Amino acid sequence: MSPDDARSAIGARFSGAEVRTGTPLVVTVAPGHWAELAGFAKETLGCCFFSFLTAVDWKEQGLEVVAKVDNLDDGLAVMMKTRLGPGVSTCASLTPIYRGANWMERECWDMFGIRFEGHPDLRRILLEDTWEGHPLLKSYAVDTPHPPYR
Amino acid sequence: MKGPIPEIPAPIWRNFKDLQEWELLHKTRPVDDKHSVLFESVTEGIHSFPGGFVVTTAADAFLNWARKSSVWPVTFGLACCAIEMMATFCSRFDVERLGMVPWASPRHSDLMIVSGTVTIKMAPMLLRIYDQMPDPKWAVSMGSCANSGGPFRHGYHVVKGVDRVIPVDVYVPGCPPPPESLLNGLLLLQEQIKHFKRTGQRAAPNEKVD
Amino acid sequence: MLDQSTVARVELDWAGPERITMNMGPQHPSSHGVFRAIVTLEGETVVAVDAVIGYLHRCHEKLAETLTYAQYPSIASKTDYVAAMTSEFAYVMAAEEIGKVEVPKRAQYLRVICAELQRVASHLLWLGTWCMDMGGALGGGATIFLYCIREREDILDLFESLVGARLLYGFYQVGGVRYDIPDGWAAQCRATIDRIDQRIGEYEQMLEQNPFFLARAKGVGVVSRELAQDVGIAGPLLRGSGIPWDLRRTAPYSSYEDFDFRIPVETDGDCFARYRVRMVEFREAIKIVRQALDKLPAGPISSRPALKSVAQIRIQKGESYARVEGPRGEVGCYLIADGSAKPYRMKWRGASFSNLSILPHIIPGHKVADVVAIMGSVDPVFGEVDR
Repeated sequence: MSPDDARSAIGARFSGAEVRTGTPLVVTVAPGHWAELAGFAKETLGCCFFSFLTAVDWKEQGLEVVAKVDNLDDGLAVMMKTRLGPGVSTCASLTPIYRGANWMERECWDMFGIRFEGHPDLRRILLEDTWEGHPLLKSYAVDTPHPPYR
Repeated sequence: MKGPIPEIPAPIWRNFKDLQEWELLHKTRPVDDKHSVLFESVTEGIHSFPGGFVVTTAADAFLNWARKSSVWPVTFGLACCAIEMMATFCSRFDVERLGMVPWASPRHSDLMIVSGTVTIKMAPMLLRIYDQMPDPKWAVSMGSCANSGGPFRHGYHVVKGVDRVIPVDVYVPGCPPPPESLLNGLLLLQEQIKHFKRTGQRAAPNEKVD
Repeated sequence: MLDQSTVARVELDWAGPERITMNMGPQHPSSHGVFRAIVTLEGETVVAVDAVIGYLHRCHEKLAETLTYAQYPSIASKTDYVAAMTSEFAYVMAAEEIGKVEVPKRAQYLRVICAELQRVASHLLWLGTWCMDMGGALGGGATIFLYCIREREDILDLFESLVGARLLYGFYQVGGVRYDIPDGWAAQCRATIDRIDQRIGEYEQMLEQNPFFLARAKGVGVVSRELAQDVGIAGPLLRGSGIPWDLRRTAPYSSYEDFDFRIPVETDGDCFARYRVRMVEFREAIKIVRQALDKLPAGPISSRPALKSVAQIRIQKGESYARVEGPRGEVGCYLIADGSAKPYRMKWRGASFSNLSILPHIIPGHKVADVVAIMGSVDPVFGEVDR
């Protein structure tokens, strides 16, 4: 599937999506369509390779979840984004669709505090289970002390 | 299909209220356990004979020679310095000629070379491994991450130096220290062991360079 | 000798539904770094694996927001510390893509030479530690380990004369590379890689005639094509499962299209297939280095020569995802720049993070002894996993 076909397919299916051409093809949808877009990418666009999933903290504008999937046979790369909106920190989970999202979403929960609904086992992955705070948020200072260490 | 995660009890923390307390632990060895008391009384007995000092000095020298010629490090590689530590253990910069056999079990080793960044999640495990090592034991802090937190010092998850967790005898600076530096540090450690006394003050560590 | 039916009955009676949980703790001779696997066993068979990571989380992504584009590449090397230049490459490429910074041809060729030499050095360490894990540190495994480290030391000598450091460098910078090759380096490089080429043949022969090695590697840790793509593993793991995906060929960067090399693909998906892929990658990397040295153009080594580690370079607003085919797979850097000298957000797509997440899927069903063999063939580096 070529990028132009992919673009028209996405535009036909998701009316509110913004698509930016280039490598990768960047698709921004509303949070409500997040899982649907991932399923569409896997089934219709043939993007079976799950590259990564992460989040960005845009301070007042809220959090944004970014995921990238690839179609290895055609060389198509699709980057999916969704803005969760100010104050919102829940998002649909892509783990039922892509198994690789499991650890990536745990990392987003750990670092950003985004709760993924539908994730089978959402717990901290990089930090200790008893850690308080979500470090990659802009409100968390990089050298926040953690007792009993000075 | 996952089994239950086992409840491993947290290690007993030594909470240092201030730097003086930490330095005190670093400098002295325990003096009131029964082995030390027995040792002291035997030494007193030998010293009561004329020329007894010669015996204890010679015995000390012999025992320290034995200790320094066969220091077994526990393989405690954490991060990048572990690769340089492995290179030091290999053919070109052999440590086995110094008598050091890298040994995986802490129960059978004398030395812990902390090579790599100590994170807050890893520090209790490090302390547990250190506690499992029998006395006399030494610790070498390898690399700037173990010395003082290194390039990651300002991170929220990094312990600013392994000497906040265990007492260190030799600091080896570098990022990572090339095997020549680590060998220098291990030879310095052997010098320190030469002056090791079973009770009383330990030798001071060498100057810490970040 | 017991006949098969008696053996089967004895095993079944012994194992049964009773399960024990075993901890392969963060300090373990074969855990390749700080990794904790909580393994649930039924007798000798692994039923589930819970991988606990994060013991080396050094806050790379948060620290990158506080360090400039000139300061961060040497910190970036500490993610994949076995092949340190890979991570620098990804970061620097991401910054260059956003900032539209030109990289001169000579710098591109030097980058390729160093990246391929890193690949050889990394695979040497992989082979040594994997065989040591399977053979035992005091037994036969140390043979290959010592041989491979000996070859790796020769490559690190090359890096030391080029950059000044053996393991972690600050060689790549935005706009090119920092140092040029000294006199005599090309000749030394050719001699080294010729020697390594010949010796790898000897190690291959030694290993493939060894029935224990074959028994421990064949049929162990099979990754199916579908699982490989779904989880997102890359590199030799993907190519060992039959998918011919190599970023150097499918999305060429930094003049890789000028070189002629082949991509090894195996279809079995087991540890032996991954081993074969990496052994061929040795030869191909050496071929690329030879071609790059032959065709090395003259010219500047950086389009921003004044950018040492203290200067500042401002990258305009934008975002990009730059990816590099590292020895472990796709190392990617997703960078969002906001016009200042420091990035707004930087995410490492660590190859080993995705590769490691396949362990809970492929280890169940194997014996305890295979855990070590599978982990070795997945080849994780925990700087990349935990960042």
